[in-house]
Formats: sequence, structure tokens, C-alpha cells
Amino acid sequence: MGFFHRHRGLTPYLLLAPGILWLAVFFVVPLGFLAYQSLETGNIDFGYAFNWAWGNYSTAIRQYRPQFIRSLEYAGIATLLALVFGYPVAYWIAFRGGRWKNLLLLGIVAPFFVTYLIRTLAWQSILSDNGFVVRTLHQLHLLGSDGRLLNTSVAVVAGITYNFLPFMVLPLYVSLEQIDGRMIEAAEDLYASKLHAFLRVTLPLSLPGVVAGTLLTFIPAAGDFINAQLLGSPNNHMIGNVIQSKFLELTDYPAAAAMSFILMAAILVAVMVYARLVGTEQLTGTAV
Amino acid sequence: MSAVAVDQQAPRRNPLVAALAFAKRHVLTVYSLLFFAYLLLPIGVVVVFSFNHPSGKFNYVWQGFTWNNWIHWDGVPGIRSAIVLSLEVALIASVVATALGTLIALALVRYSFRTRAATNILIFLPLSTPEIVLGASLLTLFLNLSFVTFGLWTILIAHIMFCISFAVVTVKARLVGFDRHLEEAAMDLGANEWTTFHKVTLPLIAPAILAALLLCFAISIDDFVVTYFNSGNRVTFPLFVWGAARIGAPPQVNVIGTAIFVVALTAMLVNVLLQARRSKGAA
Repeated sequence: MGFFHRHRGLTPYLLLAPGILWLAVFFVVPLGFLAYQSLETGNIDFGYAFNWAWGNYSTAIRQYRPQFIRSLEYAGIATLLALVFGYPVAYWIAFRGGRWKNLLLLGIVAPFFVTYLIRTLAWQSILSDNGFVVRTLHQLHLLGSDGRLLNTSVAVVAGITYNFLPFMVLPLYVSLEQIDGRMIEAAEDLYASKLHAFLRVTLPLSLPGVVAGTLLTFIPAAGDFINAQLLGSPNNHMIGNVIQSKFLELTDYPAAAAMSFILMAAILVAVMVYARLVGTEQLTGTAV
Repeated sequence: MSAVAVDQQAPRRNPLVAALAFAKRHVLTVYSLLFFAYLLLPIGVVVVFSFNHPSGKFNYVWQGFTWNNWIHWDGVPGIRSAIVLSLEVALIASVVATALGTLIALALVRYSFRTRAATNILIFLPLSTPEIVLGASLLTLFLNLSFVTFGLWTILIAHIMFCISFAVVTVKARLVGFDRHLEEAAMDLGANEWTTFHKVTLPLIAPAILAALLLCFAISIDDFVVTYFNSGNRVTFPLFVWGAARIGAPPQVNVIGTAIFVVALTAMLVNVLLQARRSKGAA
């Protein structure tokens, strides 16, 4: 221990070293390799050569524009649905949960205890052509007699929404739970209607949870390919499906690497635009 | 609250009106219960279909009850080795990642140092990167290093990598609310740094370390995407499910899914009940 006393300044670096080294070598360095690979040309038989092939990026966007747009679209809709459906439940647990709060939260994360692929396969069987959902919709004439759910965009978006819902509800709950109930009472004492108190007090105070939940849902959703693969048809494939097959089936590494970076950039832009929107809204919300 | 006032002005006894009034008053509760039903529906399907007796390849339509799938849970070629590999990976990855993550969390909360902001960003980045990019970049690294053979080691490297950040976040949350006076008292009484650490610090953060272990284990055993990119020809349980899904997943997949669910739920329930008891004892 004498060593630590003589070199106190070193201690934090020694504590950090093993974990940070692991992340540097197996997270940061690989991203560098991916960037390098995305600017190469060639194929697996004759090898790849680095030649600043920016064309990989423009080709990827040109060829797979529908899949890129679809990824952001599906992820965006799923995030919105998760927010709209999840908010009331987070509110209910936070304000009406009482001593059952922890148990109810356990219910929210319960789907995570079933393997991701297995719960998606369960949706596959629920939405299948002879499942009870489709049969009921047929009987109610809400779906044409040859209409189906499986292999449609509806099924893919529903699957994504379901799979990432807990990521939305948990941060919403955390921010709602922290709200001081007296703030809402104060608003009501000052003759705000229930709706008004909610819109002017509760909702703005829960915005951090909305932002966190939205990001936690949107980012993994945009990169997902499992829901599109198991619940959709090739017409519903997202960019994750393309990246996956380019890497693992077609061994077109440079194109796949370029697409990975475009996906990251697209997510980054979407997140920044969103931060802008929420930021200004929050400002106007408190200013009024 | 005004809900009480509404309560008192419902004297009529028409059951339909009463039911409607109830639904209106408790609209949020009714909605939330429906939401939970929706959340738990697929889990119910997984459990129920683990007892199905399918006639063909597809375990889609209910055919009849049987215990067979549970008795012959490893009756499908490859499923047993997939489960063993998944457990092996999850065990090693969660222990290593939690150890590395705890050290980082200690450094971040206890010490001030120049690279602190950069460290925080490095911890946050893997959490905000889509899994497919994590998997793809690691694959590119391994492909470019000719001495790497894909298998247990590449899977372990990947799992430890994406678990570290979760471990750091979990342990850090506990350390922030930690009373440093306890450690100072130990030092004042003549304990050296190491004694203080393992007699005072470690017991106090043990629950957080256990939580990090469980979280990492759960994330590792469930991971498909990153593993899919870096497993070579080794098959973990999620990869087995993926392969089986193409030709129709056997009911044994539901059996294992149900078993994992029950174990995880029991562990969490025990945790929740212990917490409830502890907070009651403290009150």
C-alpha cells in the first residue's frame, strides 16, 4: 500500500486502466477499422484496397434510400406510439401506484425476461393468419377477407413498439415520480383546472423523462432488423437487414461499413433535430 | 381530491350506468390494466405453447396439452450445447465486466482527474450506439487481424465490451449516495486503504455490485445481434432460436424461454420483497 500513498495521483488511472483499455481496444479501435473499411474497394476473393472510396457512401444512399427512410420512419412511429401509450401508465404507477410501485415496475420490465427473439416469435404466432387477432378482425370486417397482419409494416412497427416499450416507460416513471405533488396542488389551489395543471406543471416537469425515453427507444429501434425479419416481408426490410446481409451473407464489407456509418449519422442528425425541437418547446413552455 | 365529490353523487343503481361511471372514474386504472395485459400477452403465449403438442413443424396452433416438451427439453439436436455456451458466456462476461466496471465507477466517483469528462463520454457512447454497429465494427476488427479465430473468445470479448458501461452506470448510482465519513472514520481508527476498502467500502456497495452482475448476466444471455456478428460457428441460445425460427421453432424453445423467464422473475421478486422489508424495517 506504500505505493498508493506515494503515488496517490496515479490511483484513479490504475482503477480506470483495465476497463478503459478494454473499451478502447474493442469499441473505439473497431470503429476506426470500420471507417477504414468503408473507404475500401474490392471483394473477399481478391482482397480489399484502401483508396478513399467515398463513392461507397453515395452508392449506399442511392441504392438503399428506401431502407434508410423506412428505418427512421418505423423507429419514429414506434417511438411516438410508445410515448403516447406508455405515458399514462408511467403516470398511473408514479401517482397511483402506492405500495405496489415496485411490483408494477417489475411488470413493465417483465417482457425483458423473455429472450428477445422468443417474444418476437410469440408476436409472430399472435399476428399469424390463423391467429385470433386476425380472425377477430376478419369477423368485425375491420380487415378484408384476404387481409393479413403478419408480413406487413403494421406488424413490424407493432413489434418494435412492444420490444422497446420498457425503455420508454422507465425513464418516464423516474421523472414523474420525482415531481413534488405539492406543485400540482399549488396549481389547483390557484384555480388551474386538472387539465391545465397537467399541461402547465406535470408535463413540463416530466420532459427530461420524455427526452431520455425517446432517445432510449429511437436509437435501438432505428438499428433493429429482427422485427423486420421475423414480422415483415422483404418490402418492410430496414437498413439493419441490409447491413446484416451485406456483412454476413454477401461479404460486401466496404458497402456494409459505409451503411453502418450512414445509419449512425442519420440517428445523430435525428437526435439533434429532436433536441432542438424539445429545447425550444421547453423554453416556450416555461416562458408562458 | 375532487374524485371523492364525484363518488358521492352516484345514487342510481342501474348496473350499466354504474359500470360506465366506474370506468369513467377509473379510466386511467382501466387503461393501465389493459396495458399490462398487452405487455404480458406474448409471455403468456410463450408459456402456454411450451405445453403444446404440435403436429407439424410449426408451433403456431394449439393442438393439445403435453408435458413432453418439458421432460425432453433437450430433445432437439444442438439445444443443450447452445444453452451451456450461453450460460458459460454470461457467467464469465458478467463477472469480468462487473469487476472492470466497478473499478471505473470507483475512480469516477472518488477521484478527480483530468480525463474525467472523456471517460464519462467513453462510458456513455457504447450505450447510445446501435447494437448492429457495435457488432459490425468488432467483426471488422477481427476480420482484419488474421490471427483471430471466431469462437468463445470473440463472443466473450464482445459481451464484456457492451456490459462494462451497464456495470459502471449501476455501481456509480449507488456510490454517489455513499457516506464518505464511514471510510474516513475507519482510516482515523488506523485502518489502511486496503482494509478500509474491503471491510467498509466493499460491504456497502455489495448490493450494487450484485445488481450489476445480474444485469450484465441478463443482457449477455439475451444478446443476439452482437453475438451473431462475432460467433463464427459457435451457437448460443439466441442464435439457436434464430436458426430454428427459419424452419419453425420447436416447442422446446418455449420451454427454455419460460424457464429463463421464471428464474429471472423469481430473482427480481425476491429482490423487490427484500427491499420492501428493508424499507419497512427502516421506517
